[in-house]
Amino acid sequence: MEAFDFVAPKSIEAAVSILNENGDRARIIAGGTDILVMMRAGRRLADVVLDVKGIPELDEMSYSPEGGLTLGAAVPCYRIYQDEAISAAYPGLVDAASLIGGIQIQGRASIGGNLCNAAPSGDSIPAVIALNGVCNVAGPNGTRQIAAEDFCTAPGQNALQQGEMLVSVSFPAPVANSGANYQRFIPRNEMDIAVAGVGSSVVLDASGENFVSGRVALASVAPTPVFSRAAGDSLAGKPVSDEAIREASELAMADAVPINDMRGTIRQRIHLIGVLTRRTLNNAVERARGG
Amino acid sequence: MPGVVHVQAKINGEDTNFLCEPRQSLLEVLRDVLGMTGTKEGCNDGNCGACTVVLDGRIVDSCLVLGVEAQGREVQTIEGMASPGGLHPLQQSFLENAALQCGICTPGFLLASRALLDAEPDADEGRIRHWLAGNLCRCTGYDKIVRAVIQVSTAPEK
Repeated sequence: MEAFDFVAPKSIEAAVSILNENGDRARIIAGGTDILVMMRAGRRLADVVLDVKGIPELDEMSYSPEGGLTLGAAVPCYRIYQDEAISAAYPGLVDAASLIGGIQIQGRASIGGNLCNAAPSGDSIPAVIALNGVCNVAGPNGTRQIAAEDFCTAPGQNALQQGEMLVSVSFPAPVANSGANYQRFIPRNEMDIAVAGVGSSVVLDASGENFVSGRVALASVAPTPVFSRAAGDSLAGKPVSDEAIREASELAMADAVPINDMRGTIRQRIHLIGVLTRRTLNNAVERARGG
Repeated sequence: MPGVVHVQAKINGEDTNFLCEPRQSLLEVLRDVLGMTGTKEGCNDGNCGACTVVLDGRIVDSCLVLGVEAQGREVQTIEGMASPGGLHPLQQSFLENAALQCGICTPGFLLASRALLDAEPDADEGRIRHWLAGNLCRCTGYDKIVRAVIQVSTAPEK
């Protein structure tokens, strides 16, 4: 790795000031599981590396049944699934947090980092989109919010501007009769990059027999994670049925524009999006019904 | 010009001071600065788990931690696993079950297995295999490793 300076700012203001001064020659490290690999390979260069884990807002995880979840951008995955209240409220997020890498990676890697790294295959991003996550950003001109589905702009690129940093991701409190699920396809049992992945969430009416709304997001089938608005919207007002779920899965497949590469073919990936959309919607329905 | 940084950390229970460059990983610091070569380098990009150490109670890949990040924190390595009284039960079990051949992955497997059984003494085979997915072994085919861990686990079905 090329030489760099290391700083550990203790406030958002201090971090933003360093980021603004150094542009893309400043790089943030949270869990380090992507940035150190890329720096070692020469794909990212830095004069200064900022460790943001000491900034309280980035290390904080706060949840209340009324206010929802605020997940600091540097909170490692294991803290999510070790928290019983958060695990019960956001099982769809836990699905993703507990399958990123192995236990060693989950001890360091963060959902915020997964978003900033902006890989099309980032496992947590479809779950965050399905759960209506909002990215809280701080920068030289103050703070702003970016919907999770608008955060990744190209492979390895995100919506952050000069001097900006991701502070946290906010999730609304889960409403009654709602559920979510993330699944991916990989040829191994663990420790692999998604050939395709789908995160789905649903809200049912009080009877549990009809969809009120739905959200579906896809991994590894486009230059960025994909929010398949049409798939989710198609569920609204329909009875829960195999037919409604199949229709949503076909709309999700239509939003997939994958490439052929060493991990899978276009045809296989589009097929997988159909299968995974149906499976995640069925699991989300089951969870919404209290299963 | 970036220089060297003074870092103070607790390593295997002992207060330790070292100098390192910010670009050096914790793995490089352990092996090259401190001469603690029990921690192995495998892939150097977080896939193989050979460099597993315990950082503030969690197993991590030390190739993906900067040495400077150890400031004020507690690191446990394979060098601290055996006690003066003898090998850790997992180390003994690895020997008895021939759970190693070339040995490069072994320190990582041992630390990861210890972390699991410390938290879940009754972990069963499925849980053990899941937990150890971040550790690769190119020699054994894993069965002997898993068997060695099962032998130390208090899981009822062995």
